[in-house]
Amino acid sequence: MSQVDTLRPGVTATARTLLDRDTCEAFLVREARLLDEAQFHDWLALFTPDAWYWVPSQPNQASPREMISLIYDDRKLLETRVRRLASPRIYSQEPRSRTTRIVANVTIEEKAENGRAAIVRSKFQMLEYRRDSQTIYGGSCFHRLIVNDSGIRIAWKRVDLVNCDSVLDGIVVPF
Amino acid sequence: MPMRDDVRSLVEPGRVHRSLYADPEIFELELERIYGQAWIYVGHESEIKNPGDFIATRIGRKPLLLARGPDGAIRLVHNQCAHRGVMVIASERGHTDEYRCCYHGWTYELDGRIKAAPLLHGYPSHFDAKRSDGMGRVPRVASYRGFVFGSLAADGPSLEDFLGYMTTSFDDMVDRAPDGEIEVAGGTFKHRYRGNWKLYLENLCDAAHPLFVHESSIVAAKQQADDAYSDGFGEIAVRQMRQNGAPYSFWESNVGIWSYPNGHSFLGDYHDDAKLVAALNHPVFRDYMTALEAKKGKDEARRIVEVRRWNSNIYPNVSFMSQFQQLRVVHPISVNDTVVHTYNFRLRGAPEQMFANTIAFANIVNGTGSLVLTDDLEVYNRIAFGLASEGPEWIEIGRGFASDLPDEHGGRRGKNSTSEVYIRNMFDAWLSYMAPDPGRQARMAPPRLAAGAGGRA
Repeated sequence: MSQVDTLRPGVTATARTLLDRDTCEAFLVREARLLDEAQFHDWLALFTPDAWYWVPSQPNQASPREMISLIYDDRKLLETRVRRLASPRIYSQEPRSRTTRIVANVTIEEKAENGRAAIVRSKFQMLEYRRDSQTIYGGSCFHRLIVNDSGIRIAWKRVDLVNCDSVLDGIVVPF
Repeated sequence: MPMRDDVRSLVEPGRVHRSLYADPEIFELELERIYGQAWIYVGHESEIKNPGDFIATRIGRKPLLLARGPDGAIRLVHNQCAHRGVMVIASERGHTDEYRCCYHGWTYELDGRIKAAPLLHGYPSHFDAKRSDGMGRVPRVASYRGFVFGSLAADGPSLEDFLGYMTTSFDDMVDRAPDGEIEVAGGTFKHRYRGNWKLYLENLCDAAHPLFVHESSIVAAKQQADDAYSDGFGEIAVRQMRQNGAPYSFWESNVGIWSYPNGHSFLGDYHDDAKLVAALNHPVFRDYMTALEAKKGKDEARRIVEVRRWNSNIYPNVSFMSQFQQLRVVHPISVNDTVVHTYNFRLRGAPEQMFANTIAFANIVNGTGSLVLTDDLEVYNRIAFGLASEGPEWIEIGRGFASDLPDEHGGRRGKNSTSEVYIRNMFDAWLSYMAPDPGRQARMAPPRLAAGAGGRA
C-alpha cells in the first residue's frame, strides 16, 4: 500500500479488521492528521451517516439536549459546518488557523460485536496558531468506532475540553 | 481636533471620534461614569430562588455577589473582605447562610454586614465591626419581572424609569411562558473578543451586516435541509442562518428599528411567529400554543406570539431575544478586551422540547462554537486592528440620520431597520453619562484624563 493510500480515510481497514488498541490508535492519529492538514471533507467521510460530534460546555455533561454545548452536531449539521469551513468568505478563518495535535494514552474502554465496535478513550493536545497567537486546547476524546464494509468509521465522538466552561475565543476549527 | 479631556467634542451628529473605541483613558472614564451610574444587569431571580442562594456577578470589572437573603430580599454586595481585601467567595454559585473569608475567618451576613470576626479586640476607634458596612453593599438593587439590576450610584432614576418603554420587551420574554415565569437554565456560554465593549450591542441590532459577515454560514445553510438535526430539532437555527442572507429590500421594507431614552433599542417586526414558527406546524409548537391559550386565553395568546422583537438592547450591558429566550451580558475588561456571557431561559409551563430548540438555537447561532457568532467575533477583533492604524479620524454612524422618525412612546425609530439610529441613540446616552450638564459635572470627581495627553490636541 502506498503512503498516499494510507492517508485516505478507511482504506487501511478491511472486512476482517478488528479494533485492537494499535488499530484504534493508528486510526486516531490519521484522523488528527486529516484535521491538521485541513482535509475537512476527508475527515467528515470518517463519520457514519448517523454519527454525532459533541464538545460539551460542562465537565461530566450528561445531555446535549438539556444544556448548551460548545459544539453539538449530528451528521447533517457537521456537513454544514464542514461546508462553511470550505467557504472563501469564512472571515473567522481569514487567515486560516494552523493546528498541530498530539494524540496519546489510547485505551479501549468497551468492546462489542466481536471486536468490530469499540469505545476508545484518548488524550489530546492541540495547538492552534492564528494571526500571531497560539492557543492550547487539551482534554479527553471518546470515539465510538465501528468497522463496516468501507473500513473503520466514527459512530460518535465526544471531546471533553479540560477548560470547557472557561471564557473562550470562538471555536471554528474542530477538535 | 478634539481634545482628549473634552469628551463632548468626541460625539457629533452622525459620527463619533475613533478614540471612543480605542483610548484606554476613555475606557477607564466609561467604567467610572457609565458603569458607575447606570442600572447594570447583574442576574435573574431564578438563579437565586431560595433564601441563601447566591451567584457571583459583576459590574464592570468589580466582582459582586448577588444573593437572596433570609428575609427573601435581593442583596448585592462587593465580593471583598472588609479585613484584608480577599475575594470572599470563589465559587460561581452556591447556597449558604453566611459568607466566610478563607483568610482569617471573618463571616458576613448575605447583605454584607459583619457577622463575626475572630480576635476582634484592640482595634483603633475608626473600626467598629457592629457599625461597619462590612463587604459593602451596592447602593441600589432592583428587579423588573425577575431581571435584576444594580447601580453603583446612590441616586438616579428608578429602574422602571431607566427602562422606560423597554419594559415591554421584558414583558414579552416573560409573557411567552404559559405559567408566567421563566428561569435561567442550560448553562452559560462565555466568550471573549479583543475589541471594545460597545461593539457588541451595536452589532446586535445591525441589520446591514449579516449579508456580508455571515456569508459562509448563509451559503452552507442554504445547502442543507430544513432541520439542523436528523430528529427534526434545530430547524429555526438553520432558518436563521439562511435568513441572514435576506436581501436589503427585506431589511428596508419588513423590519424596523426603534430606540428609546437612556440608550435602549430593539430590532422589531423581524421574525413573524405566524410565518416562522407556526408555519412549521410542529406538534411541539401546537402543544405550546394549547398550553399558552389554556393559561392566557386565545386572544392574549395570539397577542403574545405576534410580538416580533429580535434583539432588545438595554444600554449599556445587556441584550436579549424575547422570542428565542436568550440573553447576553457584556462585561468590559479593558479598552480592547470584552467578555460576554450568554444565558438561556426555560418557559415554565411550555413543552420541555421547546427548551431543546432554545438550546439548539444557542449552540448554532449564539454559541462559542457557533457557525454564526464566530464571524461576528472576528469583525470585533478586526475593528480593534483597524482603529490601531489611526487612519480616518471619525467613525460614521449616520445611516438614516435624515430620515429617522419620532416614535409614539417617546423614542426615535429608523425609517426602516437599516438606520443606525440605535447607535446614535447609544451615544446620546453615552454623552449624558460621560459629559453630564455642567451643574451635575461640578459634583462629580474631576476627569482623570490628562489634558493634552497623547498629543492629539
